[in-house]
Formats: sequence, structure tokens, C-alpha cells
Amino acid sequence: MAYTLLGKDFTPPDVRAKVTGSAKYTEDFRAEGMAFCKLLLSPAPHARVTNVDVSAVLEMEGVLGVLQASELRAPPPPVEPALTDEPLFVGQPILAVAAESETIASDALDAITYDLEPLPFTVDPLEALYPGGPGARSDGNAAVVNYGNTVVETRHWTAQDFAAAEDGQLPTGEPNMEWSYGDVDRALADAALVLDESFVTAGLAHHSMEPRTTMAYWENGKVHLHGSCQSQSLSMPILAGMLGMAQEDIVFVSEYCGGGFGSKAVPFPSMAIPVNLSRKIGRPVMMRLTRHEEYYLGLARTGFQGRIRLGFSSDGRVTAADLFLIQENGPHAGFPNLTGAAAGVSAMYQPESMRFRGVGVFTNTPPRMAQRGPGYNEMSAAIEPLIDKAARELDLDRLAIRMINAPGEGATVGPQRTPLTSAFLPEALTMAAEQFNWEERKALSGQRNGSKVTGVGVGLAYHPAGNNGFDGLVRLTPEGKLHIHTGVGNLGTYSHSATSRVAAEVLKCDWADCIIERGDSRRHLPHNQGQFGSNTSFTMSRTNYVAAMDAVAKLKEIAAMDLGGSPEDYDIGGHRVFARDDESKFLTYPDAARRAIELGGRFSGEEAPEDINPTTQMAVAGLAGTGLIGVARDNIELNGQPAAHVAGCAQVELDVETGLVEVVDYAAAVDCGTVVHPMSLATQTKGGAVMGIGMARYERHIYDRQNGLPGNIGFHQAKPPSYLDVPSEMQTGAVDMPDPENPVGIKGMGEPVMGAGLAAVLNAIADAMGGHVFNRTPVTTDMIVNALAGQEQSHGPLDVNTA
Amino acid sequence: MSKDMMRAFELYQPDSVENAVELLGRFGADGWAMAGGNDTLDWFKDRVKYAGSVVDLSGVEALRGIRETADGVEIGAMTTLTEIETSPLIQERFSVLADAARRVASPQIRNTGTIGGNVAQDTRCWYYRYGVDCYRAGGNSCYADTPQGQNREHCLWGADRCIAVTPSDTAPALVVLDARMVIVNGDGEREVPAEEFFIGPEIDIERMTVLEPGDLLTAIRIPNDWAGAQFYFEKVADRNTWDFPLVNIASAMFVEGGAVSRIRMAAGAVECVPRRLSVVEEIVTGSAPDEETAALAGQAAVRGATPFNYNHFKIPLLENLVKRAIRDS
Repeated sequence: MAYTLLGKDFTPPDVRAKVTGSAKYTEDFRAEGMAFCKLLLSPAPHARVTNVDVSAVLEMEGVLGVLQASELRAPPPPVEPALTDEPLFVGQPILAVAAESETIASDALDAITYDLEPLPFTVDPLEALYPGGPGARSDGNAAVVNYGNTVVETRHWTAQDFAAAEDGQLPTGEPNMEWSYGDVDRALADAALVLDESFVTAGLAHHSMEPRTTMAYWENGKVHLHGSCQSQSLSMPILAGMLGMAQEDIVFVSEYCGGGFGSKAVPFPSMAIPVNLSRKIGRPVMMRLTRHEEYYLGLARTGFQGRIRLGFSSDGRVTAADLFLIQENGPHAGFPNLTGAAAGVSAMYQPESMRFRGVGVFTNTPPRMAQRGPGYNEMSAAIEPLIDKAARELDLDRLAIRMINAPGEGATVGPQRTPLTSAFLPEALTMAAEQFNWEERKALSGQRNGSKVTGVGVGLAYHPAGNNGFDGLVRLTPEGKLHIHTGVGNLGTYSHSATSRVAAEVLKCDWADCIIERGDSRRHLPHNQGQFGSNTSFTMSRTNYVAAMDAVAKLKEIAAMDLGGSPEDYDIGGHRVFARDDESKFLTYPDAARRAIELGGRFSGEEAPEDINPTTQMAVAGLAGTGLIGVARDNIELNGQPAAHVAGCAQVELDVETGLVEVVDYAAAVDCGTVVHPMSLATQTKGGAVMGIGMARYERHIYDRQNGLPGNIGFHQAKPPSYLDVPSEMQTGAVDMPDPENPVGIKGMGEPVMGAGLAAVLNAIADAMGGHVFNRTPVTTDMIVNALAGQEQSHGPLDVNTA
Repeated sequence: MSKDMMRAFELYQPDSVENAVELLGRFGADGWAMAGGNDTLDWFKDRVKYAGSVVDLSGVEALRGIRETADGVEIGAMTTLTEIETSPLIQERFSVLADAARRVASPQIRNTGTIGGNVAQDTRCWYYRYGVDCYRAGGNSCYADTPQGQNREHCLWGADRCIAVTPSDTAPALVVLDARMVIVNGDGEREVPAEEFFIGPEIDIERMTVLEPGDLLTAIRIPNDWAGAQFYFEKVADRNTWDFPLVNIASAMFVEGGAVSRIRMAAGAVECVPRRLSVVEEIVTGSAPDEETAALAGQAAVRGATPFNYNHFKIPLLENLVKRAIRDS
């Protein structure tokens, strides 16, 4: 279908501010009389804090107040509290000091005295599961991990469970989560090839460039909160619950977010600290977090210790997948990566039978949260190299074995075998292979030039890519502008703008006459899904579509009222609503907006549909009487699970004397439905690959097991890849096949672009090493050196949080 | 635990070497000479180390610049790493130093980081930097040398309670060039060979160099002895920028009549000090710098290496880097 705006490049309205530096992030705001606060952090991985003495501090000049855990609402365990007297990880905030300056606040922290009673701790889930093993929490060692409803339990496996595992093989005791379909045992018994491999994927920090700074002040009983958050409207009820306040008493400003990658998907506990300190001292409070603090409490991806048995037929078809995952969940509620991982395996390879078993385990490491492709991308890292291994053993081409399993028409996901709304992974594979010239390039495999060996790899990734049931809100004004109110947030992908263009497309508005309202709850923003989970494009294109369609219907109704006939007799175009059979009969959009205001009621937002969310109700009420209001809940049918797929191909040069790897080329093709913003798609695809290269090769998550100390609390220690560690040129492409469950064919893609890069690079490294699979991410230089020298690795095969 | 806000200190900004030396002499152990600030401010912001009187050397012009002397080159201690990396004189005569400087940290850090700061910087052992009460910090244990210590970056030689390594990329190059470190204090000026400038824990566990309170490193003099040699520098790090070495190697070699006539070689990040590879020099001298010699040199270089739990990869890595230095320079 030909569109005027969709599929065309444009300059999102927030680009100029970002490029010129005028964009105001939380730290850039100032309020009259603003004070600063600093946090007293736990030096211990698990301890009880007693005898806190702040008396000397309160006497210090410039100190304005102290906030302790007992003064805050305690969330139900295992949800992370903002402050605590029983810290569960090194760096967890114990109390906060407000002062005239950060220096005074820091001096005050040095003057606080307290006692620490050490409690048992662990940084290794397997240790926690062993009989008598340490519990990271006082109330349990294991977790049934669900988003928003993680349950604490005590679970130890038997010594026999551990003894039954062979060397390096994951012990598999009683899980607390499982599902299956088909007869896995039978399929494994019948398989031409069975791979049984244990693996580790490291939990990694999010490395957000902007630390999670928060500033808060109170005015007329309302709290004004500036925060770095990926999501706008969805944050409102969460903040209300977290702060124990009515949503209408919260003003939330989050226009720019300097990186979140999932860690700022929703409001985070530390936001409550300046809010409550500000109320206590009667002054605005700014809480800037340091880089170290961002690593302590800025969340991390969960880690996996896993085992998979994969059965293949002789032609490479995956007949069985038997997945067992132990999820390192940090000490709090965490995120259900393991269920995503299982769904991902089912979607990516469409196994004829599958069983998933898993268990979440608490560790005294940073709290965990979704990170780009949570669970799904780890499976790209863990399973994709095994697909290559199977191809080698079955003497199949690595592209061909993927093609035979790749989800296409009729593909399903998960235990219910839910249909995917569309799946064009075979097409994406073909496109990536053509871009990369796979057929010729694969001949370079193993070619040696001096000390360097060439490796090529192909990698796949999957992620759910959309949601439904949220609201859209647009407004045509007498000034002739289309205001598109979007509450999705600003993670930095510009999808808030790209999806807003759907409303402009439907209303046939010039983009220059469109204003995107966002970033501040006072801008009357509707209830939208948060900006995470690769869902903005699908979900928000639907909400903007239904809101715009509502506006179109109202335009036609008003025209029929004023110009005669019925609404069906009218069409829109050129910022006018006109009679189809007589274009001289028309109302301009400004005229119609004025008429809507005169008419009132549902035309101007005096009344709103009953099925919209309370947040949207408030937004509509705030706009009432200011123009023609288009507002609707996304009630469009949704059959199946929207799904994004990515295929990537990478070439590496591996130096066998130093273990260094250069990724010299990368090409990726994306199945994301209709392309809505080509330039943004390309940058997302490349940026995702960079993050994948980071997970494949560089990023570190080190904990000292004896003391529970974190070894990576700075960029130079945690090692996200630098500009010099990634290819200077990458090729990207899109299948560009519309999804049938989206009115304009769009679906998401933000997450699997990472997984494909990750898997392609891992597989290229394995290829350069003659098929050596590490069963571990990241594959660091020291590991490659050890493998090439024929030495044992320093870490045990199932060790986590270690070099 | 990071607090990011430094404790207050007195800041002194001398404009001459005499003035700077007088200040450092006056404050003694409470004084702190600050060059580019990349190491200093880390410590101060983390509130792990503190000095009441900080002597900021950035206003001392005499400490800057690269000068040709009668028998070599003199580099002011406050010369930035970028200036060294881009100096035609250094590139032409002692390219091993330019190459080493080019691999330090990142462009931004090289623009502010100085050669003096690079050689005088403290070790990067993450436990020590974290602020634990280890031997080097005046305590009575080593956190890295435990059964489960995360010691991937630590030493292969010279463990003596502390197992930390030199993080400097320029230090091995300066050892190879037989540079002289010019140190001035209230008693006057003295020259210390680069190889002796760096000290291990067996000499003083709380220092990385011979510099004592009151001492100021003012310049580095490089004699012409190795000018025009076949040089080699290579650094292996996790990332291509903003990273410390896992192992680095520097060498200078003269070949006459197909055989090595003179050679000096040193490796970084394998010991607390740049490790002069004398045994390699001895084995290689007189032989052709071919694959066979290179292989023997590599084997010789790693004899006696004693790894910890997580760093035995450094043994084959160092062996290979030594091979490359002979074979590829």
C-alpha cells in the first residue's frame, strides 16, 4: 500500500535539541531553593543495619535532613525498596542525606555511624540450590519469577540431583516452572542427532549513559517529579502505587531518557527518595546518581545457567527441544527472562516437541530487570552456536539448517502454540544472506592470513513485537494543527514520532502541521503501553490509528450536520472534509474544530468513551473544549502474537596469537512488517548489533565470591564495546511484508536486532576456531587464548559472575 | 563506595619547577602532585585517597614539551600523551614510545593525560581501587590472592603479598629505550633509569615508583642509544580503546648481518613493574630474528611464570607477543 508519510524518512522533532545540547534531561532542571541528596550505600552484600546514628550529621552546617527506610512505604517482598535496613546487595541504599550541596551531603555520609551484622550471601545460584546452601534473602533462596508477582520460596535440590550431573553438566532438580507440548522424550529417542549441552549466559549491566537521576518538588499538594524513564503514561499508576498517592496529584516530566535498555522501563524505587525527602525538608531535592551508583543499583539482565537437549532429524529439522534454565534473579522481584527464553526457543526453531523447566534463584547481586530481548537474546547466544554444531555433525549448510526450521506461515509460539500474526524469517534469512553474499563468503571460513583466521557466521533472533488494548488521543484545533498526544515515552528510538505519523497519515495532514504532545503528564497524555518490549511500533500505530479514525468519523459527522447528507457521503483530504460528489461542499479542519467546540459533548472531549482507561479519561477532560477530539481504545481484533524476526551475518578476523577478534562485516535483515521509518530502522538494526557484539565479546559482570563485591562499577570495567570494536560499516535491510493484524502493517523490531548480531558474531568466532563452541557469553579474549593454547578455562563451565 | 564529591583540599598552582618542588617539600606526605588528574581525581572522587594539599602542575610551562638534547631527547613530565604520539621527533627516533602512547586509554584521556602521570599512576587492581583495606592500602590482606579472587588482570611474577601489576603502556617502552627519569626535590636533581624507577611490593608495597613525598618527576630523558632500532610495541586489551593492557610488549632491536646484535625487551601487566625480559635478550642476541628464534624467545620469556586462578591465559599470550616482537618488528 502506498503511504504519504509511512515508509519515508523524517526528522523527529526532538533531534535538534539532542544534537544541539538544548534537550533538558532530569539533571538539567533546577527549582527554586533546590537541595541535593546523596545516598549511604551498603558496603556488604547482605547485612542487618542497626544503631544508625545521624545526630552528628544533623548538626552539620548545610545538612537539611535525613531520610531512613522506616519513613518510606515498604513494598511487599521481594519488590525492591528504595531504602532498607537489610541490604541485599553491595550498593543498596540504606539512607539519604539532603544538604545544600552534594559535597556537604557526601561529608555528612562520612559522619554517619552504624553497625552492620553480616548475613549469609551468595553470588551463585547453584550454591544457593545445594542442600543447606545460602539464601540471598532472609525469607527464601528461590523465586517463582513473574512480572509484578514474583513469589519467594525456599528450594534446595538434593545432593543426588547434583551428583547425577556429569562434569560440567547442569544439575537439574525440581523446577518451579514448567510447560511442554508433544512427546519430547520420544522425539529425542528417535532423533538422528541429539545435542546435550550446558551453558552460561552472563547477566549484564544496562550501561545507560544517563544515570537514573531524579528531581522532585511539591507545589499545592502535588509532587512534581522529573525522572529518566522510558515510559510516560504507564508510569503514572505505578508511581501512584509506589508513592501511595492519587495519580492526579503527580506531575511526571520525562521528556528525554538518556538510555534505559529496559532498566528504566517503568519507574524505579529510588525515585521515591527525593519525593519523600522533598516533602520532609520542604524544598526541592535533586538526586544525581554517580556512574558507580548506576552500576550498583541501576539493574542488570538476569543470568542463566542452562542445559538444552536438542533433537534433530537427519535433514536438520528440530524435532525436540528440552530446555532447563536456572535464572539468577538478583535479590528482588527480577524479571521473567526464563519464560521469554523458553518462548523464544519455541518460536525461533518451531520444534515439533518441547519441554521447558526452570527455576529462579536469588543472589546478592544487583536487582534484575528486563534488558533488550530479555531471555530471548540469551537464547540466541546459547542455542544458535548449537545449531551450527548440529549443521556440522549432520553435514548441512548453516543457512540451510536455519531455513528448514525458520518460522514462516503457520508458525506458533509457546506451550499453547499461539499463532504468530506473521513470520517472514525465511525471507529475512534470504535477504541477509544476499546482502552478505553468504554463498561466496562461506568459502572464506577458516582461511588464514598470517596469524589471522577468517570466520563467518549467521545468527537469528526473535521477540514478541506488539500489544493491544491501549488508547489513542488526537486533537484538531481551530489553528489548523493536529496535536498527537502520545504517552508511550522516549527511550531514544524516535518511535514516539514514527508511530504518531500514523495519525497524520489517516487524517491526511501535512506533517508540518502536526504537533507531538509528550514527555510531561500535564500535556494530557493517554494511557499507552510503556516504551519497551519491541512493542511501540505495533501498539502505538494501532492506538494512533483508532484515535485518528475517531477524528475522521467526527469530521464527517460534523460536515453532514452542517452541509447536509450523511457522514458516508464525505471524505477527507487537504485538511478538509468534503462531499464526495461535490468538493465545493467542504469544511476546513479549523472550521470543523471550531464547530466541534461549539457542539461540545463527545466532539470536543466534554464526553469521552466509557471504555478508555482512567488516565485517558483525565487527559480528555483536560483537553475538553479545545478542539475536535479523536479518542478511542484500541479494540481492533488481535489474532495471535505479533512477532519480530531478525537474521544477521557476520565476518570476523580472529588472531590466533592474541585472541583478539575484529568484526569486519555485518549484514542484517529484519522482519518488522511495514517499514515506518527507514533511517530509524537502520540505526536500530546497527545499534542493536553493537549491543550484541558487546554481549558476545566484551561486557563483564564480575563478583568476588568471598566478599560479594562487584568488580565492574565503571564503564572501563564493565566494558561495553567502543566505537573501535565494531564494524565501521554495516548493512541493513527489511523484508517489508505487512503484518495482517496491524491496520498499517507495522510491528516492532528493537530487541531481536541485538540477538541476531550477538549470535552471528559468536558463530563467526566459533567458525574461525574450527567449530569450537564455548557455551558461554561473553567470549572474552582470555577464553579464546586459553582455548587456542589447549589450556583449561579459568572458570568452571557453570560458574557465573566470574572472569 | 563512590560519593563523587571530593573532600575539600587546598589547591596550589605553582608556575615554576622550583615553586612546585618547594610546595611538595613543604607538605610532604600530605602533599599530592597532580598532572592530568585522570588518576588523582578518581581517587579523590571515590574518597578512597586524600591529600590536604594538592599541587596542580598544569601551570608549570617548564614541565611541558619535547626537546632535542646533545645526546637524545628530553620529554617534560607534563607533556601530554597526544603530544608524544604525534611528535615527529619521537615518531622518527623512538617510534616504540609513540606507538605505546597511541594505545593508552582513549583520545580524550590522551589529550589530558601526561607521560609523567602515565608512568606514575597507581595500579588498577580492582579490589585496591574499590577501596578495600588490602596490603597496598595499608591493611593486612590481599583480596585478589584468595582461592576465589577475581585476578584475571593480575601478575605472573613478583607476587609479594600484593599481586597487582603495572598498568602503564608507556612504561615498557621507556624501559626498552633505557630512559632516565629526572626527579627533583629539595636536595636537587637526580636521574633514575626507567628500569629502576618502578618498584615492586617487596621494596614498598604502598608505592609503584621510587617517588617519595617531596619528589617531583620533571622530565624523561631518552638517550640516542636505541634511536633508529627496529621497534615493536603491541598491547592486548579487551577493547581497542579505553582499556588497560592484559599484556603489553615493547622491544628495540638492531640486526646486523642477519643476526640480532642488540636487543631490549620489556612486558607490562605481568608483574608489578615493567618486566625486563633479559633472558630473551640473551637468547636472541647473535641469532637471526626468525620463527625459530622467536619461538625459543617466547618459551624463555614465560619460564617461571606463576599464575593465579584466573590469569594463566597471560602465559601463552606473553609467549606469543614475545614471538611477534622478534618475528614481526
